[in-house]
Amino acid sequence: MTRITQKQTMLTFWSLLLCLLVLQLHLPQAVGAGQWKDLTEDGLHDPDGPAISELQNPAEAMSEFPKDAVGNKVRWVNALREGYIEPRTNILPGTQIKVLDMDIIYERTGDQKYVLFPHRAHTEWLDCSNCHERIFKEKFRATPMTMMEILNGNYCGQCHGAVSFPLTECYRCHSVNPSTFKGKIGVQPTK
Amino acid sequence: MSNLQNNPNSTRSIIEGLQTNRSFGVLILSLLALLLVVPIGPAQGEYADVVLNEQAEKEGVRPVIYPHWFHRIRFRCKVCHSELGFEMRVGANKIDMAAITDGKFCGACHTGDVAWGLEFCDRCHSGLPGLKTGIKSGSKSGGPGFY
Ligand code: HEC
Ligand code: HEC
Ligand code: HEC
Ligand code: HEC
Ligand code: HEC
Ligand code: HEC
Repeated sequence: MTRITQKQTMLTFWSLLLCLLVLQLHLPQAVGAGQWKDLTEDGLHDPDGPAISELQNPAEAMSEFPKDAVGNKVRWVNALREGYIEPRTNILPGTQIKVLDMDIIYERTGDQKYVLFPHRAHTEWLDCSNCHERIFKEKFRATPMTMMEILNGNYCGQCHGAVSFPLTECYRCHSVNPSTFKGKIGVQPTK
Repeated sequence: MSNLQNNPNSTRSIIEGLQTNRSFGVLILSLLALLLVVPIGPAQGEYADVVLNEQAEKEGVRPVIYPHWFHRIRFRCKVCHSELGFEMRVGANKIDMAAITDGKFCGACHTGDVAWGLEFCDRCHSGLPGLKTGIKSGSKSGGPGFY
């Protein structure tokens, strides 16, 4: 058991090193962090489109928001909590708004840190029905997930890597240090 | 961890590690593979931009570019993905001009009321010719997004 764990430590260490090296190759792009392409040169919009000048450039809208190095280069959770943006919660009058403050900690993470899933950061944006029961069962451990499946776009990977911060940010999910965590795995008591 | 630096056999331990724990090895290898496969050319669009081009170009108009970043500044995800019933899977919704004119999908807001109306064709139909339906910059839900 301990032998495998040690090997895994090695493996993780060297793989991360390799990942870092490979990342260097992409650096010219990564350096653009905090920078946004104008619509006329983003490779998606037609610069000759008749209404192109009526559309807003990302830099104009987002440069004042809390910064991130990846995705939209915006730390959306903070942008919302600190009042930089006030996105509407509903457009139909009868819709109920529910925010749930419940953290869940997962421990099947190999040599990575434990995963902390925060309901609050999610329910500030999403409805319960966006996840339950479509993606996740409403019970700790009732949903079988592995990192492979997440990387394939399932479970957490349905949003993370598509619209929410990308899966390259390991430590934003793997955020709990197993050696200092003294509580119980699973649903955390509310503070 | 401290004896890592002095260990001359680390490369071999990778291989051994891969053999002793296959699924972990597969995971790491695929991570590496994915990193290598990510195109190094210019990034396309803003992260999470969606291209909708099932019919548009065939019917003689530009592909539609839907920007997530622009809309999430104004609306929670749940407005579209719960109240208005957009499935969270590119291509899973049958979005066409008839449904939109009928007040569904984009047409729930782009009426001249919540947002400007459908007469501004070129604000939605703004894409370069030849684009395929999909989510840009990040990934389709089929792998990790990069930048
Ligand atoms: C969106 C959140 C998220 C991100 C980002 C993320 N993980 Fe995970 N990871 C998870 C979850 C959830 C599990 C499953 C934990 C469990 O079931 O106890 C997991 C499990 C794992 C495991 C355990 C083995 C397995 O296959 O399940 C490893 C190793 C792992 N992640 C590595 C990584 C690495 C390396 C990265 C960065 C490239 C990363 N993770 C990024 C959420 C994430
Ligand atoms: C972003 C996705 C997401 C959203 C949105 C979400 N949840 Fe969850 N919820 C989860 C995950 C993941 C679990 C754990 C499932 C597992 O481990 O199999 C969970 C578990 C739960 C549990 C079970 C905890 C236990 O005791 O085992 C309850 C209750 C719950 N959620 C209620 C809610 C409610 C109420 C809402 C809306 C206010 C909500 N959730 C919104 C992802 C979500
Ligand atoms: C239905 C979409 C969805 C799913 C599924 C989902 N997330 Fe998220 N997640 C979001 C959104 C939206 C945010 C807000 C930040 C953003 O968009 O980058 C967020 C934010 C987070 C944050 C907070 C980051 C911060 O800046 O504080 C963590 C941690 C996180 N997610 C982990 C997870 C884990 C772990 C899972 C799987 C168990 C998961 N998420 C599944 C949509 C989702
Ligand atoms: C609010 C955004 C929006 C506006 C404004 C808009 N469209 Fe569309 N249109 C779409 C979307 C989304 C589609 C579906 C794209 C696809 O996958 O082919 C579409 C599809 C189409 C198609 C393809 C065939 C069909 O019926 O779906 C035509 C033709 C079209 N639009 C013409 C127009 C014209 C002409 C106008 C202006 C009078 C217009 N559109 C305004 C969003 C818009
Ligand atoms: C104004 C409406 C709107 C808002 C707000 C919105 N979306 Fe979307 N979303 C869409 C549309 C349109 C699509 C494409 C659907 C299609 O192609 O059928 C989409 C697709 C998606 C997909 C599928 C991506 C894939 O890989 O297939 C995900 C995941 C998603 N949205 C998550 C989110 C999250 C998370 C938020 C909040 C931060 C959000 N959306 C806010 C309209 C919206
Ligand atoms: C929940 C309401 C809502 C839905 C649904 C919606 N939009 Fe919008 N959209 C808005 C609002 C509000 C604006 C900003 C209007 C303004 O500035 O006056 C906007 C602006 C836009 C813009 C202009 C962005 C810019 O740079 O100024 C485009 C393009 C657009 N929407 C496309 C779409 C498409 C395509 C769809 C359907 C796939 C869609 N929208 C669905 C509310 C919505």
